[in-house]
Amino acid sequence: MSHNENQPLIFELTKEGRVGYSLEPLDVPEIDLHELLPAGYVREELAELPEVSELDIMRHYTALSRRNHGVDSGFYPLGSCTMKYNPKINEAVARYNGFAHIHPLQAEETVQGAMELLYDLQQSLVEITGMDEVTLQPAAGAHGEWTALMMIRAFHEANGEGRRNKVIVPDSAHGTNPASATVAGFETITVKSNEDGLVDLDDLRRVVGEDTAALMLTNPNTLGLFEENILEMAEIIHSVGGKVYYDGANLNAVMSKARPGDMGFDCVHLNLHKTFTGPHGGGGPGSGPVGVKADLIPFLPKPVLVKTEEGNFHFDYNRPQAIGRVKPYYGNFGINVRAYTYIRSMGPDGLKAVTEYAVLNANYMMRRLEPYFDLPYNRHCKHEFVLSGRRQKKLGVRTLDIAKRLLDFGYHPPTVYFPLNVEEGIMIEPTETESKETLDAFCDAMIQIAKEAEENPELVQEAPHTTVVSRLDETRAARNPVLRYTK
Amino acid sequence: MKHRYLPMTEQDQKEMLETISISSIDELFSDIPEKVRFKGLYNIKEAKSESALAKELTALAAKNADTVNNVSFLGAGVYNHYKPVIVDHVISRSEFYTAYTPYQPEISQGELQAIFEFQTMIAELTGMDLANSSMYDGGTALAEAGMLAAGHTKRKKLLVSGAIHPEYKDVVITYADGQSIEVISVPTKDGVTHIDSLRGLVDDQTAAVIVQYPNFFGQIEDLKAIGEIVHEQKGLFIVSANPLALGVLTPPGKLGADIVAGDAQPFGIAEAFGGPHCGFFAVTTKLMRKVPGRLIGETVDEQGRRGYVLTLQAREQHIRRDKATSNICSNQALLALAAAVAMTALGKQGVREMAKQNIVKTRYAKNAFEAAGFTVVFQGAHFNEIVVKTNKSVTEINKGLLAKGIIGGFDLGRVYPELENHALIAVTELRTKEEIDALVAEMGALQ
Repeated sequence: MSHNENQPLIFELTKEGRVGYSLEPLDVPEIDLHELLPAGYVREELAELPEVSELDIMRHYTALSRRNHGVDSGFYPLGSCTMKYNPKINEAVARYNGFAHIHPLQAEETVQGAMELLYDLQQSLVEITGMDEVTLQPAAGAHGEWTALMMIRAFHEANGEGRRNKVIVPDSAHGTNPASATVAGFETITVKSNEDGLVDLDDLRRVVGEDTAALMLTNPNTLGLFEENILEMAEIIHSVGGKVYYDGANLNAVMSKARPGDMGFDCVHLNLHKTFTGPHGGGGPGSGPVGVKADLIPFLPKPVLVKTEEGNFHFDYNRPQAIGRVKPYYGNFGINVRAYTYIRSMGPDGLKAVTEYAVLNANYMMRRLEPYFDLPYNRHCKHEFVLSGRRQKKLGVRTLDIAKRLLDFGYHPPTVYFPLNVEEGIMIEPTETESKETLDAFCDAMIQIAKEAEENPELVQEAPHTTVVSRLDETRAARNPVLRYTK
Repeated sequence: MKHRYLPMTEQDQKEMLETISISSIDELFSDIPEKVRFKGLYNIKEAKSESALAKELTALAAKNADTVNNVSFLGAGVYNHYKPVIVDHVISRSEFYTAYTPYQPEISQGELQAIFEFQTMIAELTGMDLANSSMYDGGTALAEAGMLAAGHTKRKKLLVSGAIHPEYKDVVITYADGQSIEVISVPTKDGVTHIDSLRGLVDDQTAAVIVQYPNFFGQIEDLKAIGEIVHEQKGLFIVSANPLALGVLTPPGKLGADIVAGDAQPFGIAEAFGGPHCGFFAVTTKLMRKVPGRLIGETVDEQGRRGYVLTLQAREQHIRRDKATSNICSNQALLALAAAVAMTALGKQGVREMAKQNIVKTRYAKNAFEAAGFTVVFQGAHFNEIVVKTNKSVTEINKGLLAKGIIGGFDLGRVYPELENHALIAVTELRTKEEIDALVAEMGALQ
């Protein structure tokens, strides 16, 4: 079967009487459900789940997988997402019985191996971020942002400064930053970028005040540029009593080069599913640890994993100032195991090389593409760079068209229309795990598309031409939402 | 440096530096102020080769008592269930697990369709109109449900049953704190939410009532009665449900629930020391535009072919920023896929049969404990958990059980002072009659 054919929904493959499971026969006396449950509580109509054989299932999902593009399928230069290779040993280790098949509520003495791994990961992240303590509880980056903001809030309240209700966010920030601020009960104030693509210090000075709770910043920023005034920015915030928060989405750009803790940041979240190769999984699971400086330690979420004097590992619940619990149990352990395995596979030299090569790759691509696309901020970038498609827009070819045309070359397109302060933005992040040959081939495709925009714009405007579906009607999906199958 | 994940060669490096017109990689970092530049190398452990690292981590994993080599009766929100072998085969296809969120639908139809199918299965099981693409876990899903209710009703009070998972409750409290929402605990009686107390607490400031089904003690709450009480005051009714139990229990959607949140861990997801698991979130159509997280919708392409896209994105952080319904971005897509495969494998008949085995085997265990002279407190209907009274610390008993290769039940005294010397015993379809008999005998001997 060609993978261009429509793949039926699993519900459409159902045939009454087929099974795909194997349960042991019941070995205790059968009892009627009506004897076990109160009247009205026995399910009378069964849920309409599929009835298919095991081979049906395998073929269905194999067909679906062929309609999907992952890092292992091809280059995935999605800016700000750090789509690097996901090592296979990580997958193997996370499936070891002693990691995959342990219960979170087992007695501590029966899970010391797991706790040792987590503790060692915490310590590694303390060193990598330059912070004083790390919690592994948050499930993803946005969850980490919110956790850290809740700690900042608790810190200010403990100091009798509960009036601090404003969080400052640059206009180039990830959308999760303002959203997390709202969920943590703060108002968001936007600070402008200057013509160099960096935070405008004058505007920052204008918006700070005694109601400032924190500044959230990613460095390098979402343009891939290092905020070289970071120390002044931290000083501006600290001088009014605020905290400086580091969004670690872009940590891949600065490992072994600069640590958030040395740049004046008070807390940081990391995306272990980005920098530390926990796979993205098609949209999760992630892991979003938070690191803090000493004065925020009392507010870390409960429980805090500690090492006792006897060398054992222990979950400490006796934390009277803690913000509480942000997730049941201890975080996305399976992702933390993968990240730990990665860090141990790279070591200190490896992590340094990761950043150097990620940045070299990005600058190389930027210089190769510069003659063909507008480059709004012409200076060395870090792990990613942002082109503008405004030259092509004048020819009637939008950035969205360029992205769709890249699909025909077998690439996942870059992040587009982000950050918001670049017109027709094209944000490219190659990562260190891609070879020069791959980068060159992608650049060649981009250059060809730039030429097509001049010579044959329709070819680009009507792209993609080779995918299993063409452009989808998103307006229709939103106007008449069909969110589930019905017979 | 040479590393199997880093393809850069000296020749590549030389050519790339020439293209950039610089002489060393260091120049690319010259914009980092001297004062904050990190010099040298991280003080972390040296790298290990693949084989050496595998050996070391195999030994570390072996320090843990796992539920493969031991017989587990520990549940309390995370269960040791039958996991169809094909689940791991499907989620190990790298087209799924190495993909990002499906923002480019033309090359993400596989993921989008699989999650659309997941949404359908959750809606079917819960009896709700629709479900989202997943949440981090059952606890944060429940907290988000509480936040949704407060926003929707513009009220600032959540009534939370004393019989919900204590860690879920803690998470609800933390989220509520961020939004200045009050959380009030509803007393329990005989292991279930006390209806009369609830009636006294619900008022016109109540955003929602939250109960669990089956509840933390394994008991079946009277959802119908609870839903009527909260609806009289126009609050929302939120149910945290075990989706497997819904194979035998009347779905909350038929009993008045406005939101059903929970964790799909019982479907094909390993215990994994508590995560990653898979939160789900199902609602009535009236709340569709308030749902947190991602929703997959059906549509057509330019040629009229059926396809799937992320939809109703105006709710989400990347569009609405500070006005979004939630800050959630990454969720648990791969685990939603795992759960979908398990639900597909079990299918219409298997979910019912497996759920039934849980309830019947738990009844067998209850009878066996009582026959051996134990008191099983809370005599109401149960699903796969019962509370057994012991005359000695459960933690101490569990030490003895472990020596026999048994992971004992949850020590309720750790959370509820009034339930000291009470074990929450979980019995799933994987526990055999022999294993249950052995547990009862060993616990008897250890008392």
